[in-house]
Amino acid sequence: MKKQVLSLIGGRLAIALITLLIVSSAVFFATALLPGDTAAILLGQAATPEAVAGLRKAMHLDDPALLRYGRWLIGLFTGDFGASYANGRPILDLIGGRFINTLKLAGVTTLFAVPLALFLGITSAMLRGTLYDRVVTLCTIGLISIPEFMVATTAVLVFSVTLGWLPALAYANDVKSFGELLRVFAMPVITLTFVVSAQMIRMTRAAVVETLNTPYAEMALLKGASRPRIVLRHALPNALGPIANAMALSLSYLLGGVIIVETIFNYPGVAKLMVDAVATRDLPLIQTCAMIFCLGFLILTTLADIVAILANPRLR
Amino acid sequence: MSQLVEIRDLKVSAKTDAGRTVEIIKGVSFDIAPGEIVALIGESGSGKTTIALTLMGHCRPGCRISGGSVRVDGQDMVTLTERERAEVRGTKVAYVPQSAAAAFNPSATIMDQVIEVTRIHGLMPPEQARTLAVELFRALSLPNPDSIGERYPHQVSGGQLQRLSAAMALIGSPKVVIFDEPTTALDVTTQIEVLRAFKAVMRKGGIAGVYVSHDLAVVAQIADRIVVLRGGEVQESGSTDQILHRAGHPYTRQLLAAFEPVPRSPEEAARVTDLRPLLEVDKLVAGYGPIQADGLPLVRALKSVSLSVQRGRNLGIIGESGCGKSTLARAIAGILPRRGGNIIFDGRELSPDARQRSREELRTLQIVFQSADTALNPAKSVEDLLGRPLTFYHGLKGKARDQRVDQLLDMVHLPKTVRHRRATELSGGQKQRVNFARALAADPKLILCDEITSALDTVVAAAIIELLKELQRELGLSYLFISHDLSVVEAICDEILVMYAGEKIEQLTPATVGSPDNHPYSRLLFSSTPKLDPTWLDSLEQDPELVRAYCRR
Repeated sequence: MKKQVLSLIGGRLAIALITLLIVSSAVFFATALLPGDTAAILLGQAATPEAVAGLRKAMHLDDPALLRYGRWLIGLFTGDFGASYANGRPILDLIGGRFINTLKLAGVTTLFAVPLALFLGITSAMLRGTLYDRVVTLCTIGLISIPEFMVATTAVLVFSVTLGWLPALAYANDVKSFGELLRVFAMPVITLTFVVSAQMIRMTRAAVVETLNTPYAEMALLKGASRPRIVLRHALPNALGPIANAMALSLSYLLGGVIIVETIFNYPGVAKLMVDAVATRDLPLIQTCAMIFCLGFLILTTLADIVAILANPRLR
Repeated sequence: MSQLVEIRDLKVSAKTDAGRTVEIIKGVSFDIAPGEIVALIGESGSGKTTIALTLMGHCRPGCRISGGSVRVDGQDMVTLTERERAEVRGTKVAYVPQSAAAAFNPSATIMDQVIEVTRIHGLMPPEQARTLAVELFRALSLPNPDSIGERYPHQVSGGQLQRLSAAMALIGSPKVVIFDEPTTALDVTTQIEVLRAFKAVMRKGGIAGVYVSHDLAVVAQIADRIVVLRGGEVQESGSTDQILHRAGHPYTRQLLAAFEPVPRSPEEAARVTDLRPLLEVDKLVAGYGPIQADGLPLVRALKSVSLSVQRGRNLGIIGESGCGKSTLARAIAGILPRRGGNIIFDGRELSPDARQRSREELRTLQIVFQSADTALNPAKSVEDLLGRPLTFYHGLKGKARDQRVDQLLDMVHLPKTVRHRRATELSGGQKQRVNFARALAADPKLILCDEITSALDTVVAAAIIELLKELQRELGLSYLFISHDLSVVEAICDEILVMYAGEKIEQLTPATVGSPDNHPYSRLLFSSTPKLDPTWLDSLEQDPELVRAYCRR
């Protein structure tokens, strides 16, 4: 049995690696397809054709695409992400601090969103059909429908402009105490929690409701078990797989999809860096950011799959 | 007060999808004395499970008790609060579910679930509960009673799981145990062991029981009294002996009559003059999984099976779950391409894969599946379901097609009005008739019937068998009739083929069934089929060697 689990998990990891490889080629060739010549753009309008040709040669832009892809891929695996086209600084330096900022924001949001989503999802499944369930459902559907810039701007209007409780901008770098951290992160975290937990609440509720409808949940009821016991002992362990998957999908959004929140609160994260990179046509930076997002997504979904495998006693 | 359970004028109402409230139990009253086992018998939808569950104060979602009283040991379950009911559940009244496989939580060990009742109600310390559980496992003659509790539900067989669920019910020393069709999902040879185990522990503990079943023969073995239900009303109730031998109500007699099938008369089969075989299957091999080095699949469900079906005659295939009988039908139909052997149909060799067969070959060999629910597209009307094969095989369109649909409905005794309905709007028996009419639409020579009566109630199934016989007389069809139920096969088949573990054991005629010359496995199988005689189970003696060799209990 143990061996089977290991081989299954090994299989999942292998698939993740293969996916990463496919994604890397998609990222590389898609950015290569962007219109315009990098060298010409870098040198500006006054550049002579000789200068452009020289730069192209220096940047190996004339090499076949496959060769450039191979070189780039090897660089990725050896930790050499190349240098920015825009200012010549190593990509690693550019991303490093930003990435930690993004992780901080994602981490704090996860800390709030996951317990909240689990609690609301499970309780609304337990109290299915009651007023409480309907209110939760209505609110989550409402939140899914409201775009995040709306939530973010309203939050700024209310908490910063009108009430003056929280700073409108979030500078992660000058945080000294935990209280300050909370104050700085409060609004982005609230906004992001709204965005990611709605989906998680819905999925958790659906997964728990489904297991509550099974004969073994009814059997537990007929043994005289209380509702919390039925849910925690019988329904939840069997709903773990789907719940973990829903969480992974929602949380992966925190790594790359938070550009609007980062822009509104002027938060120095990776997503904002990538958008800036697109504006300056900084291909190595765009590619590396894209790879980071994909890697984060893959790590989360693979983790969810592994949780689902481990939660299944038939495989354990 | 001498009665343990008193049910008076019980009414349960249910809300339909359309929001209407209908009464599904219409004023039912009966009593259960301490230590007495009362059977609730009736077809699906008769309300037998609903009534049994009210003893625990439980209604399935959408239902509620709308009137009457259910007194268990002096307490009226109807008026108790949910918390008070929870206290009764597992301690005074316990439940043995229909499908233990589904009623065990797949992610917890068996022992944890068996002793959960003692934990919930704080009856005894866990150590003591474990010891008691092992004693119960032993009393229910489970193998390895000391260690079976450490396993997970998927690691034990269906028959064992069913007995484990009885242990789960008995651990709280209840006064009444509800058995909800506990052996319906089991093979007959397994059923015997489970029934015996149930009967022994119930007798020993003097525990009262409610035994819900649709099978009179099973009920006759275990119940003291029988309550016959139909449409949420009691039709008749009396002692087991009384119901079996002096049934007063016409419905009870109908139920009893369904047990004694009318065999196909030899003259009928003799009318056929063309004696060339219609279907010849020679050393058929088929299975599932990746193909191995020897060209055979990993799991060989069929290991060299040969048979032949004569024109106008019927061959029955009988065997227990997993013996390969459905695989046989699928391999003949070409849904599962065979890996070895040969199939000659109507004088021509059939290609292994249905996709390579000619339209004419497909037309003359039709298959009808067990579950009409899943075989009929729920989005299509009956007209579309029957019209499609008519257009596909015969090119019928417009008026000609409409007429033929009407004829087909008439053949299977369905009113013309059903043609615009969807399959989901029909009853189980009606669905199976449509399912069968769809095969008839092709004008086949041979119909493979795969357990087509298994999902139906006894009375409905008997009617379908009669229909099959009638159509055979009119259309000169042949059937390959697959079933696990000997009485059904005996009713329609001229010859019976017994299968075990992917192999043909022997071929018999209905007249020789039960003779001492039968193969040992056939004898075991036939003797395991419950009889209406209440002494059958107690007097049944089976060779333990044989049981060990052939049963996966």
